[in-house]
Amino acid sequence: MDSVQIIEIKENVLADNGLEAQRIRRQLKEEKTFLLNLMSSPGSGKTTTLLRTIEHLKNDLRIGVMEADIDSAVDAEAIAATSVKSVQLHTGGMCHLDAGMTEQGLQALGTEDLDLAILENVGNLVCPAEFDTGAVQNAMILSVPEGHDKPLKYPLIFTVCDVLLINKIDVLPYFDFDMKKVVEYAHMRNPRLKIFPISAKTGEGLGAWCHWLWEQVDTWQTS
Amino acid sequence: MHELGLVSHVIKTVERICREQSLRQVCSVTLEIGEVSGVIPDYLTDCWYWSCKKTVYLRGAALRFETIPAVTLCENCGCQYPTVTYAKICPSCHSVRTHLLRGNELIIKEIEAE
Ligand SMILES: Nc1nc2c(ncn2[C@@H]2O[C@H](COP(=O)(O)OP(=O)(O)O)[C@@H](O)[C@H]2O)c(=O)[nH]1
Ligand SMILES: [Mg+2]
Ligand SMILES: [Zn+2]
Repeated sequence: MDSVQIIEIKENVLADNGLEAQRIRRQLKEEKTFLLNLMSSPGSGKTTTLLRTIEHLKNDLRIGVMEADIDSAVDAEAIAATSVKSVQLHTGGMCHLDAGMTEQGLQALGTEDLDLAILENVGNLVCPAEFDTGAVQNAMILSVPEGHDKPLKYPLIFTVCDVLLINKIDVLPYFDFDMKKVVEYAHMRNPRLKIFPISAKTGEGLGAWCHWLWEQVDTWQTS
Repeated sequence: MHELGLVSHVIKTVERICREQSLRQVCSVTLEIGEVSGVIPDYLTDCWYWSCKKTVYLRGAALRFETIPAVTLCENCGCQYPTVTYAKICPSCHSVRTHLLRGNELIIKEIEAE
């Protein structure tokens, strides 16, 4: 007769996601494709920054885009108009992407012939931070109107990111935004966080960010 | 919130264990949830029964919870204090150089199965 037994597991719920993410990174390394996971609140400027970044780098790198944050068809059209490869990911109402969904996106995109794949994650600072997507590096955009105390309110995302873009610096004169404080708060959460102030609108700071990204891709491909 | 995603990860993990250990039916799953993990047990329960219906091993399985209290360590004076009461500022030396020791977990503690 079968009897009910208690089986101790003690396993982190996201352990399987972590393993899958590692598998994705190994595969990307073999293909020499760099995956960047781009996160922010809705409206911080992910799509605009993405378009600018593509403009800067498209002659040097073969780029592909996975769009998971479609607020309107306009985003998808704008990306499609850049002539880089792109796919739309359907999150089924989920507030984040996990490694499994990212892998499906990578397959749909086809990464063998790409140097750089960029994932525009769902617009949200809480949930995406908890799920490793398999990206080589995580980037976050914080825009000036959101205020300089975001690193205090959303600590986790600052600890999982490698690079922080402070966007919309063209509107700095109109906001009570303390650049020194935001850098201090962000480094308090993550001392090795790389920070670039940019304006995706005017293009200011884009050169430094794109050069840094290009270097990361190059290191991934050659090391 | 991402409860639906978390539930699907819990189910995937438990299904794998069932296959590995040749279990046939799971009666309950106990999760340990960190006090500041942001996970809301009620929301998990809402998607739990709906998601389990579609599985072989977990149909009708109960979901139970245990809470792990959150504790923060002050890097300045070395004291440990309850995160929920004092948040990021150390109550004894007022330093902000603090980090969470535990309380952010979401762990599958055990399952009851036959
Ligand atoms: N002033 C200003 N507006 C920007 C900048 N970058 C983006 N925006 C605007 O902010 C809004 C949201 O941008 P979008 O790229 O769609 O954000 P997403 O939701 O993160 O993809 C749009 O109206 C953009 O034109 C910037 O650097 N400066
Ligand atoms: Mg967008
Ligand atoms: Zn202290």
